[in-house]
Amino acid sequence: MNWEVLVPLLALLFVIFLIGMWSNRKMKQSSSFLSDYFLGSRELGGLVLAMTMAATYGSASSFLGGPGAAYTIGLGWVLLAMTQVATGYFVLLVLGKKFAIVTRRFKAVTLIDFLKERYQSKSVVLISAFSIVIFLFAAMAAQWVGGAYLIQTVTGLSYLGALFLFAVAVLIYVIIGGFRAVAVTDATQGIIMFVGTLVLLIGVVIAGGGIDQIMADLVTENPNLVTPFGHDGQLTAAYVTSFWILVGVGVVGLPQVAVRAMSYRDARSMHRALMIGTIVVGFIMLNMHLIGVFARPVLPGIEVADQVIPLIAMETLPPWIAGIVLAAPLAAMMSTVDSLLLLVSSSVVKDVYINYFKPDANRAHVKKVSIGFTATLGVIVFLLSINPPELLIYLNLFAFGGLEAAFIWPIVLGLYWKYANKHGAIASMVVGIGSYIAIYQYNETYGNLFGVHAVTIPVFLSLIAFIAFSLIFKKEPYQF
Amino acid sequence: MPKGEKRTDWRFRIAHREALIGCALAVFNIIWWYGFAYTLGSKPPEDYTYIFGFPAWFFWSCIMGFIVMVFLVYLVVKFVLKEVPFDEERSDER
Repeated sequence: MNWEVLVPLLALLFVIFLIGMWSNRKMKQSSSFLSDYFLGSRELGGLVLAMTMAATYGSASSFLGGPGAAYTIGLGWVLLAMTQVATGYFVLLVLGKKFAIVTRRFKAVTLIDFLKERYQSKSVVLISAFSIVIFLFAAMAAQWVGGAYLIQTVTGLSYLGALFLFAVAVLIYVIIGGFRAVAVTDATQGIIMFVGTLVLLIGVVIAGGGIDQIMADLVTENPNLVTPFGHDGQLTAAYVTSFWILVGVGVVGLPQVAVRAMSYRDARSMHRALMIGTIVVGFIMLNMHLIGVFARPVLPGIEVADQVIPLIAMETLPPWIAGIVLAAPLAAMMSTVDSLLLLVSSSVVKDVYINYFKPDANRAHVKKVSIGFTATLGVIVFLLSINPPELLIYLNLFAFGGLEAAFIWPIVLGLYWKYANKHGAIASMVVGIGSYIAIYQYNETYGNLFGVHAVTIPVFLSLIAFIAFSLIFKKEPYQF
Repeated sequence: MPKGEKRTDWRFRIAHREALIGCALAVFNIIWWYGFAYTLGSKPPEDYTYIFGFPAWFFWSCIMGFIVMVFLVYLVVKFVLKEVPFDEERSDER
């Protein structure tokens, strides 16, 4: 057991518990349990908003999988990762003030509330809830497995023990705190991620003998590592550029991100969040992936991609600093998991159960069902993660693509195109999800269709379906 | 829009403009990122020049690209975005 690394890690978990409890006390004073548990009463300030978006978005793949890939592929993967800088400003500007105003007018607490009110259609609600549950399960399981691997590497516990530790920590504070706890702890975790990234970068550059030396070592090993085309020259411009849709602008369609764009207090918070978010996301993405590349000459021959960051941290930093730095990816995973957990349970409890089964439920009942359901979900994900499928981390990106194909147009066009209607929305979701799954399967077997990521074509197809079906069925302008 | 219908909320005009600015920023970001990466980067690696230890394509595309975007977002936030109230009716209270 590596106590010098473990103690700072445990200290972090403890601080997070305290924050969750503090946030829970605040919740008792507020009047609407639903709006508070799932949305934090729309009270988020700029810093918390930016950090919660960054932390929700920055997950296992940005801290373990991504840098691991950069370790193997080289600077080309860092180039790919930089497509994510857009998420820092694009989501908030595009959904922006209109989404904030409209969701307040609709009294929407979840993304599905917005869609329900905008399209007035039960089918839209059910398809949305269904796709959120399916795809986010995949995304969540990936985070749990990542978290367990990380704890396992640090502590030497068995996989099952590590998974259990991670699960208990996440569940306790999601259940006691709800969205506000999640958002506030996200902010704490975002700061940890930011500082941890910086410290680790400095450690790796020193260990590698400076950037010039590292680059020279990389060129000696394989010159392709410093080109944009990857270690084997296979990373094409078209493929890398298609990531602008998957992890850049398409992020607008992710429910866990969109719900944050309705939770801020006022325009000033949004403006601050734009600034902070762009800096934080760009900084973390650039540097974490650079660390992955720099780690190669320092610690050659790492076989498992996900272990690159834990191993390099323990190699280049004093143990207690390594503990704090490794708290960063753990923080990222916990914050992603808790937001997703909350989102899935809000989709089922609030959007389906209360809407259609028990509209007159009282506060105590809603609270009992919400908390009970969130806990049940956590247990199910835990059971699924005990025996993870081989490529679970890829499931995360799969989930991203599926959600984007389903939601991007119903959200964006619902907001900005007055002829958008339920026929378009349903067609768009069905076509988006259907073609995404089909193309994803095709790409697995035959290589990438047109050389781009599976999400690219469905995003265009679902746009066409949306416009065509909206216009064919009922051409009637919608007034907000 | 036919007469007699509710006029478009004044705040929406601002919101629409800001959404377009978001798109413009993203387009600029993509062009900058792609332009430097796949022109300077397409040379054979032995012909690369290095800036602060990084290959020039990487320095311009990823590092400067990020810094330039932060600067542009700063300009937009500082000079272009307008503060509007989000709540209905009591728009100008508080």
